[in-house]
Amino acid sequence: QNQNQNPRKLETSPCFLFTVNSVAKMDFQVVILAGGFSSTLFPLVSKEVPKALLPVANRPVLSYVLDLLESNNLKDLIVVVEGEDAALKVGGWISSACVDRLHVEVAAVAENVGTAGALRAIAHHLTAKDILIVSGDIVSDIPPGAVAATHRRHDAAVTAMLCAQPVSGPSESGGSGGKDKTKKPACEDIIGLDSWKQFLLYIAKGTEIKKDTRVKKSILCAAGKMELRSDLVDSHIYAFKRSVLQKVLDQKPAFRSLKQDVLPYLVRTQLRSDVFSDQSNVEENGNGNGKNNMQNNEVVLSQILSNASSPSFHQVYESGLDSRKTHKCCVYIADESKYFVRLNSIQAFMDVNRDVIGDANHLSGYSFSAHHNIVHPSAELGSKTTVGPHCMLGEGSQVGDKCSVKRSVIGRHCRIGSNVKIVNSVVMDHATIGDGCSIQGSVICSNAQLQERVTLRDCQVEAGYIVCVGGEHKGETFARK
Amino acid sequence: MGAAEKKGAARVQKDSEDLSRQRLQAIVLADSFTTRFRPLTLERPKVLLPLVNIPMIDYTLAWLESAGIEEIFVFCCAHSMQLIDYLKKSQWCSLVRTIVSHKSTSVGDALRYIYEQQHTETSQIQGDFVLVSGDTVSNMPLAELIQQHRDRKKRDEKAIMTMVIKKQSRLGIGSDQLFVAVDPVTKQLLYYNEGDNNGEVCLDKSLLDTGVLVCNDMLDCYIDICSSEVLSLFEDNFDYQHLRRHFVNGLLVDDIMGYKIFTHEIQSSFYAARVENLRSYDMVSKDIIQRWTYPYVPDINFSGNHPLKLGRRGIYRVSDAVQSRSADIGASTVIGYGTKIGNGSKICKSVIGNGCSIGSNVVIQGSYIWNNVTIEYGCEIRNAIVCDGVKIRAGAVLQPGVVLSFNVVVGQDFVVPAYSKVSLLQQPTKEDSDEESEYADISNGTTHLLSGVNNLQMESKTSELDPDGAGYIWKVCDSVHDAEWKHSIVPIPMEKLADMAQAMDGDGIEDGSVVPPSGELKSDTDSINTDANDPNDDDYGYFEREVRETFLRAIEEDNNVDHITPLINSLRFSYDMASADCAGAIFYSMMRLAMDTQHNSTSELYRNATSIITKCKGVLGFYVKQIDEQIEVIMKFEEMCQESAALSPLFVQIVHFLYDKDVVQEDAILRWGEEKAGADESDKVYLNQCEAFIQWLKEASEEEDS
Repeated sequence: QNQNQNPRKLETSPCFLFTVNSVAKMDFQVVILAGGFSSTLFPLVSKEVPKALLPVANRPVLSYVLDLLESNNLKDLIVVVEGEDAALKVGGWISSACVDRLHVEVAAVAENVGTAGALRAIAHHLTAKDILIVSGDIVSDIPPGAVAATHRRHDAAVTAMLCAQPVSGPSESGGSGGKDKTKKPACEDIIGLDSWKQFLLYIAKGTEIKKDTRVKKSILCAAGKMELRSDLVDSHIYAFKRSVLQKVLDQKPAFRSLKQDVLPYLVRTQLRSDVFSDQSNVEENGNGNGKNNMQNNEVVLSQILSNASSPSFHQVYESGLDSRKTHKCCVYIADESKYFVRLNSIQAFMDVNRDVIGDANHLSGYSFSAHHNIVHPSAELGSKTTVGPHCMLGEGSQVGDKCSVKRSVIGRHCRIGSNVKIVNSVVMDHATIGDGCSIQGSVICSNAQLQERVTLRDCQVEAGYIVCVGGEHKGETFARK
Repeated sequence: MGAAEKKGAARVQKDSEDLSRQRLQAIVLADSFTTRFRPLTLERPKVLLPLVNIPMIDYTLAWLESAGIEEIFVFCCAHSMQLIDYLKKSQWCSLVRTIVSHKSTSVGDALRYIYEQQHTETSQIQGDFVLVSGDTVSNMPLAELIQQHRDRKKRDEKAIMTMVIKKQSRLGIGSDQLFVAVDPVTKQLLYYNEGDNNGEVCLDKSLLDTGVLVCNDMLDCYIDICSSEVLSLFEDNFDYQHLRRHFVNGLLVDDIMGYKIFTHEIQSSFYAARVENLRSYDMVSKDIIQRWTYPYVPDINFSGNHPLKLGRRGIYRVSDAVQSRSADIGASTVIGYGTKIGNGSKICKSVIGNGCSIGSNVVIQGSYIWNNVTIEYGCEIRNAIVCDGVKIRAGAVLQPGVVLSFNVVVGQDFVVPAYSKVSLLQQPTKEDSDEESEYADISNGTTHLLSGVNNLQMESKTSELDPDGAGYIWKVCDSVHDAEWKHSIVPIPMEKLADMAQAMDGDGIEDGSVVPPSGELKSDTDSINTDANDPNDDDYGYFEREVRETFLRAIEEDNNVDHITPLINSLRFSYDMASADCAGAIFYSMMRLAMDTQHNSTSELYRNATSIITKCKGVLGFYVKQIDEQIEVIMKFEEMCQESAALSPLFVQIVHFLYDKDVVQEDAILRWGEEKAGADESDKVYLNQCEAFIQWLKEASEEEDS
């Protein structure tokens, strides 16, 4: 708790120094949208396991987000969870896991209100000048601090983080079913950028565009050039100016989603801004003189930083005709080498588990053995059992004789019989797998039980479910309806 | 024509191309097939209209020749005899071959005609050729581009055309808004849209897989490197009329045979533009005067004309021009041979042709006066085009945007209303195939037809004032009226821009579309369009203005003015100014900035002034090392105070401040006081203000002495 006091003190102290990586000092509030019991991830999520707590390499996915934010010195967080039950679960985990390091508030909102609805519900908690909104389901090493810095640098209304489209579909992993899934989102977002790749001029969802995409001429005229790209994905990390965000949420009660409603709205209206009324300006200016000076310094600094010897087209546009307001929508494009996956589908869940103990193992925080795998010292392996590279075997798990584990994650205290083959799969804690089973590309949730000689391929088994003897299944979902 | 046949034709072409690999050919379309230049084009082909006193086509031919084109086919349509005569007499006769067709009403017809001729005559178009229109002004190199095109064609059979585009700094409102989309890597043209009134650009989804670059800041130069397939495509698709609207869009949208068009963006150091309408006539003329088109500038002989001599401030004229001493020739003006200018006339930012006679007290601004024009005393001409042989009688006024065609006579004291077009010929009542015609705007044609009846005869109208007037004022149809101000040479008025913005706002629910402020509005970047009424248009005034612009630019850019010293030094040398003049000009700029900065009271103005002086005293200090220079600063300030009521009460305070900041020394102030002591009482207002201060200085120095 003492640590948390420091940034706040600095913030009000007059000798304020602008540094790019210490975002906490920049009067940013961080909101993590952790979701609830997502239906797309059925049957992996359950009453016991909300989406935020799904294990990725035996750690809840939320912990990756928290680590990422902590490494950027963002320690004052609000975690928004849909549903009281889920909030309790998430809150419980947070208090046990990282209460000593971070200052986290957990807020519960009603289910199915959407991301915009969730923010509307917690609006009264938001006080800082800018809000950084992070989706709770990302596993990545992109720096959210850089988004915040870009946001400040341009004094933007909203700044979105874009990533290179993940080079999807490693052919060996998913099998045929997986391949189809990875092919589909090839054109997920269509994003229009200015020639300096600083501003977001256009955004559309690729799936919504049927035949042709329509771009407003006005924005083209203002910016001169627009680069339309489909190889970038929106990473669901946004920095919003609080006054703008709240205004949009108030004015447009129908908006449910940040990505689908709020962001496109702001992008669309950037040359005809409704979100800067005089009122909000007064409010911002009335924040106290000391702060105002600070902000002025920032404006000057921001011009130096953004190398803005000439005014941006927004300013030119604004000056051209009277009584027009503009706001800036900026982007930060993450480096291509950065890893980024959102855990929003079963395929993504499989991918991220594979990558975190494989290609992107720097994210996992574990240290790997010489064989590029992690076998907990308390795990027991039978004779002639091999655990290949890019595997993980959790605490207290037992594996019988003549088993083979390849590119899979096995949770804690699992019991695995003899002659079992596990490839490209995730087995969660306390699962039981009978002798002679063969599991490929599947997810076995905690406490599930596979009886002898079960063959699963691209299947998902709900927590606590029992798969009967000798079944051979492909692409099925096992759940109690 | 079938595909197989075409393939065969292509192969034949390829062989012949191999045979004459080095031969570079160009087709010049000496007819724009539009009516934009009416009524001028009723009497003379558009390409022979003078552009800074030289027929347009000479720019095109000179450029093509120097770019290494060995054979030029000039396609003539309207007034072909005039054009052929001209070309025969010109220096180009060995290079140029003319093709005449009176039936063609569009580029499509012209190219089809050329294609047909190709089979009847030998050694016509072989392989690749450059397709330009006869109103192109450019100085870009072509050989390399043609080679690129050929290399690409060899790699990819379907790449049949390379289109030249240029980034434009100021957005041309005169022409329609152009939106192009290109592949960012290969530069293949994917989308071309010019001037539909839809508020959106629609891109096919399939284009987005690779990413596209959508540009609005590009100018289509209408310079195309074409392969022979282009001609045969026109032959096959007999409905293609317009080169862009039909041919290019046809290829892009209908995906004919998978043919591809590529774009080439020329470097900003080269120039390329087309004279499409009166607005671009104005713009290109100004670019020529400002030497962007070098070597095709008035002081270099490239078309057999006598070159003019370039003086300071962009004034071109003959060295022995007949000009009254009291006539005032402003910046960026061209004056042709044998032109006489009378007493007290003011001419600026204009082009005057050969053999004109301009009376006394005439005001000509931003206008184009062609050859052998007579303008009698007291006329006022602003932003007008006046053709050969026009007579403007005493006291007549041409309001902005007027076009006077050949041999029109304007009666005494007659006011020609803005944007009107006057010709000796009546407005045509039906389209004649020999004339230029706007095939795409059928509606235009029909309105002409109706309006022809309602001709206002100028003679009858002016008879009360002066019986000498001759000409018809063409009735402007309502449907094109709004285009009138768009295309005329007058800078677009502010309210029209606002209207445009409003109009575009209207369509689309959340559409914020608007035409951005063009170069026309950014007055500081385009000095040619502004300051037209600046009273002190003498050398010093011009210098002062440039210093002020330099200064403001430095302030706007980075608040650091110390580095403008070299800029000001270069200005100083080019205008041959003394250090004191620089000091005066800089100080003037500083005070003007202080006055232009927002202030509500005298004390605020004082604060502005002091902060600017503090910031810029380094620059000023550089030029005020001598007492004389310091005195100049004080005198300049006195002058400014006399002009500005706001500044005058601050005279003592600011002089004192300058003294405190060591900009002026006490000697300078005392010397100034002595000089002024003998002046008239009215001239001593500021000296009297300073009396106490001077007294104090004197005492201080005496104290020091004692």
